[in-house]
Amino acid sequence: MNWGTMMQQLGMGMLTTLEIFALTLVLALPLGLLVARGRMAKNPVVRGIVKVYISIMRGTPLMLQLIVVYFGPYLLFNTQISAGYRFPAVIIAFVINYAAYFAEIFRGGIESIDPGQYEAAQLLGFTKSQTFFRIILPQVFKSILPSVTNEIITLVKDTSLAYAIAVTEMFTLAKQIASQQASFMPYLAAAIFYYVFNWLVALVMEQIEKKMDHTGSKQRS
Amino acid sequence: MALLEINHLQKSFGSLNVLKDINLQVEEGQVIAVIGPSGSGKSTMLRCATTLEQADAGDIYYDGEPLIHMVNGEAVRADKQQLKKIRSFFGLVFQDYNLFPHFTVMRNITEAPVHVAGVSKEKAEERALQLLATMGLSGKENYYPSQLSGGQQQRVAIARALAMDPKILFFDEPTSALDPELTQEVLKVIRGLAEQHMTMVIVTHEMSFARDVADEIIFMDGGVIVEQGPAKQLIEDPQTERLQSFLHRML
Repeated sequence: MNWGTMMQQLGMGMLTTLEIFALTLVLALPLGLLVARGRMAKNPVVRGIVKVYISIMRGTPLMLQLIVVYFGPYLLFNTQISAGYRFPAVIIAFVINYAAYFAEIFRGGIESIDPGQYEAAQLLGFTKSQTFFRIILPQVFKSILPSVTNEIITLVKDTSLAYAIAVTEMFTLAKQIASQQASFMPYLAAAIFYYVFNWLVALVMEQIEKKMDHTGSKQRS
Repeated sequence: MALLEINHLQKSFGSLNVLKDINLQVEEGQVIAVIGPSGSGKSTMLRCATTLEQADAGDIYYDGEPLIHMVNGEAVRADKQQLKKIRSFFGLVFQDYNLFPHFTVMRNITEAPVHVAGVSKEKAEERALQLLATMGLSGKENYYPSQLSGGQQQRVAIARALAMDPKILFFDEPTSALDPELTQEVLKVIRGLAEQHMTMVIVTHEMSFARDVADEIIFMDGGVIVEQGPAKQLIEDPQTERLQSFLHRML
């Protein structure tokens, strides 16, 4: 098999990898924010449930969670699992796992905001939701950006775990081709793909960080 | 009717009685300075008056609108609607400014007028530029707070409060975080507001400023108002031993 054919096959996998990555990010970030609010809720029952959820998500392997989400319906309710459920199962498992991590990052960011910010906003007449979305959240985003970058980079690499339930993302394909052809090349291609992907992620995040930095290093006039 | 009327205000934190029996009236155009040692309750009084702390008992009326008042010995507090109205009545300048660090100076000043008071963006920005000029900060509208000195940040905070057209402006030790030179810039601005008859209640450690700018000074110690009177008279001829020794230490 030449490079061209191999890359063509891997390319299909890359698309799936990108899909897992993008969907997880887009869904887990808002869910993480919601979970963070639950984790900080006044109601002790809500707080307790969310705490247990986060603890389980962080305390067990993502690969195991993938398998539970995929086979769970069959084991619990004896429901027939269709092959079409594989991809949704991956997204569900990734989103609930990453939301837990994002939630803890959000919580740290929200708790680090000076109470004076809430007081100033309240006295100027902002409603609670205006205060949260206009005043607090943008500051939270800025302070948590480095931790979020870390998680996103981990997510890029974690997408390869989808092979555990035979979703044909790129790493699954690379493995198949490598064993068929008895070649190391697919692995090399995969490595380069992940590396470049993460290099782009780091680049984009660095740009966002720069844009949000108002520490006076550069004057705007 | 007084713009602000406080009767028999009490506040405890646990077993600590921070405010014992505070009575205060602020008339339109009056400048009142509140002085006293640390822990005398002056900041707590300000925080109770500005809704940041809940008083335990007593009355606080803004132009007749009760924030808290006593009915048959029970404290009745303002509901959400009244609270909103009362908060639109005054502005507060904090000791550590509490500007919004992610907004430019312009947005710090215009955000509330536009999104709370419903003023058009153009009008709000026009007003902000005028206020910045008054504060001696023309040309700083596109800076971020972190790019300004403490004195400049505090003046932006004053502009931000004024942009909502408060009837009373409170200051909570506005120059405590500043070195002497920057303190003067801020005091000059407050002096200018006093000349325009802005009603103000200023908690401060600046004795000479209080004497020169305030109409009336209130001296608090141990959660009570120990002495109260015309500014010059109170500083130059203190009646109580406690005020005498406090002034002795401050001057």
